[in-house]
Amino acid sequence: MGRTLLDKVWDLHKVATLPSGQDQLFIGLHLVHEVTSPQAFQALADRGLKVLHPERTFATVDHIVPTDSQRRPFADDLAEQMMSAIEKNAKKHGIMFFGLGTAEQGIVHIIGPELGLTQPGMTIACGDSHTSTHGALGSIAFGVGTSQIRDILATQTLALTRPRVRRIEVSGRLPAGVHSKDLIIRIIADLGVNGGIGFAYEYGGPAVSALPMEARLTMCNMSIEGGARAGYINPDSVTFDYIKGRRFAPAGAAFDTAVDYWKGMASDKDAAYADLYNLDGTSVEPMVSWGINPGQAVGVSGKLPRVSDAPDENRDALKKAYEHTGFEEGTPIQGLPIDVAFIGSCTNGRISDLREAARVVKGRKASPKVKALVVPGSRTVLRQAQEEGLPEIFRAAGFEWRDAGCSMCLAMNPDKLSGRQVCASSSNRNFIGRQGSPRGRTLLMSPAMAAAAAIAGEVVDAREVLS
Amino acid sequence: MSAQSSVRKLVRGKAIPLPGDDIDTDRIIPARFLRMITFEELGKYAFIDERVDEAGKPRPHPLNEEKFRGGTILIVNRNFGCGSSREHAPQSLMRMGIEAFVGESFAEIFSGNCTALGLPAVRVSHEDALKLQSLVESDPSIELTVDLEAQTVCAGASRFSFSMPDSDRKSLVSGTWDSTAMLLANEEAIGKTAARIPYLNGFAGAKGGSRG
Repeated sequence: MGRTLLDKVWDLHKVATLPSGQDQLFIGLHLVHEVTSPQAFQALADRGLKVLHPERTFATVDHIVPTDSQRRPFADDLAEQMMSAIEKNAKKHGIMFFGLGTAEQGIVHIIGPELGLTQPGMTIACGDSHTSTHGALGSIAFGVGTSQIRDILATQTLALTRPRVRRIEVSGRLPAGVHSKDLIIRIIADLGVNGGIGFAYEYGGPAVSALPMEARLTMCNMSIEGGARAGYINPDSVTFDYIKGRRFAPAGAAFDTAVDYWKGMASDKDAAYADLYNLDGTSVEPMVSWGINPGQAVGVSGKLPRVSDAPDENRDALKKAYEHTGFEEGTPIQGLPIDVAFIGSCTNGRISDLREAARVVKGRKASPKVKALVVPGSRTVLRQAQEEGLPEIFRAAGFEWRDAGCSMCLAMNPDKLSGRQVCASSSNRNFIGRQGSPRGRTLLMSPAMAAAAAIAGEVVDAREVLS
Repeated sequence: MSAQSSVRKLVRGKAIPLPGDDIDTDRIIPARFLRMITFEELGKYAFIDERVDEAGKPRPHPLNEEKFRGGTILIVNRNFGCGSSREHAPQSLMRMGIEAFVGESFAEIFSGNCTALGLPAVRVSHEDALKLQSLVESDPSIELTVDLEAQTVCAGASRFSFSMPDSDRKSLVSGTWDSTAMLLANEEAIGKTAARIPYLNGFAGAKGGSRG
């Protein structure tokens, strides 16, 4: 019986079996950002420990960075304090730091792949649940809490239990105008937001193989929204072509050796899986979330579900969602009015996402009642967009064009919803209060769909706008 | 094992029922309270947006109820702590006085964070979670005992069995939940592992991953 990529990566990185029965796993790449790390560095200082592998640790700033002006000191004293802390910690421990004002700064899950740091066959951890993103390149990548950041800083290892692997096989091709964002929301809606607990998701099949790398990153990014701490796609020629030539990628002869190694890390054809889920890719349509978790979502042609139609175990969650959103059961999702549109985040802040949105926006105008925001995921994405003239397209349509950061995905910076606003958002979470207003509402969708909603002032099918 | 880690075999105390599935960590601690470089102040802010409205007036919430004051065991339902990896979530509840969680299921990063702080997060069946919640609701003075060795939750005369990952249970019972020292003790093995990983060594001599 063959092995999965997860098995191969796990076995290669296993240091020891611990008395608790967990494995001690070597972490090949540790990514650090400003929000979850200061307490871990403090714990190190308190215990007189050093960073064991500073050369395998890379830091940037994203969550608290204002996107309208990166001028220091920040207007927010607390944010300024966090920024100073990571600057000091990176310097003190000799950690490469892509700080504010550097050409590389950006959302940690955008810059890892962009710089070629993220590679197949690696173990990657970061104090952020969307670390699952990096699995798109065939790595085993997962989010950790601050105590675990302390463990990685001090030992470059973690105490972990090996997850089981669920293969998610997507047949056929996604229809035109349907994106990987729609596919992953559909998978979460099908399997539930807690369906992946204890699993790593392996995405595969013709519809997944056909996806370009940035679309794959979007997909793996939201694995955690399905309860799976890690999600990955086996490395293939799309992966190798993406990595080649990037700053931290192996070069010359080492690249060819690396490709051989990477190919060997992919799951064997006869690998054993703990579970298998089949989905017909041709059945996926643009998805829109309407509730308070990412699984509460419907296809754009659909209606908001009736509580009485739902299985017993989901009814309370649906009731709670309606209580918060104030939406009506049975209403078509199309036509739901929006106040804000947000295009960006570690899910959909890459150049291909901005191109998709610009294609919808070009030559059109945002609804005068909508505040629309485009936030590139990194300074690199920002420069590329400028070269392609995208900011002009967005500005001409009445969208705001911002600097790189997490922005309105999570309300740790000045970009927030207010009151009862409804936001068409290309981000990953529609939790109560997530975008900064305890009473605000978030509709998750693809960048194209968010752009189309900004123009119409309500949820529409982006495919119809484009046709 | 480590000076920071102590043995956790038993949690005894009053409980607080907190019903609802999929309660995410943004709800437990909103992101604006993550703009702090220590965890110290967080106890004041657990579930703050559910406990207090925008005008600063208290809202109906179990954590606001006088009858549950002093409770140390939180009884929750399915997929508690989903979403963001922020350790600020269990930190805020711990600093508010919570010492253990009893629930139907927990998101993985959340339960890992709990173990790393020495807080047991134990799983009971759907029916038992509802029973425990209604027991405490009707008699808030009832004392619960979460016994990690017997793997039971006792409430008065009622006894419920629980499950949890055995590794978490062992770490708590043996006092090795603060894992840094234990991991660092294997420094030699860490070095040996690093030496065999191709990408840490410039892919020199790598022959490709092993096949099954």
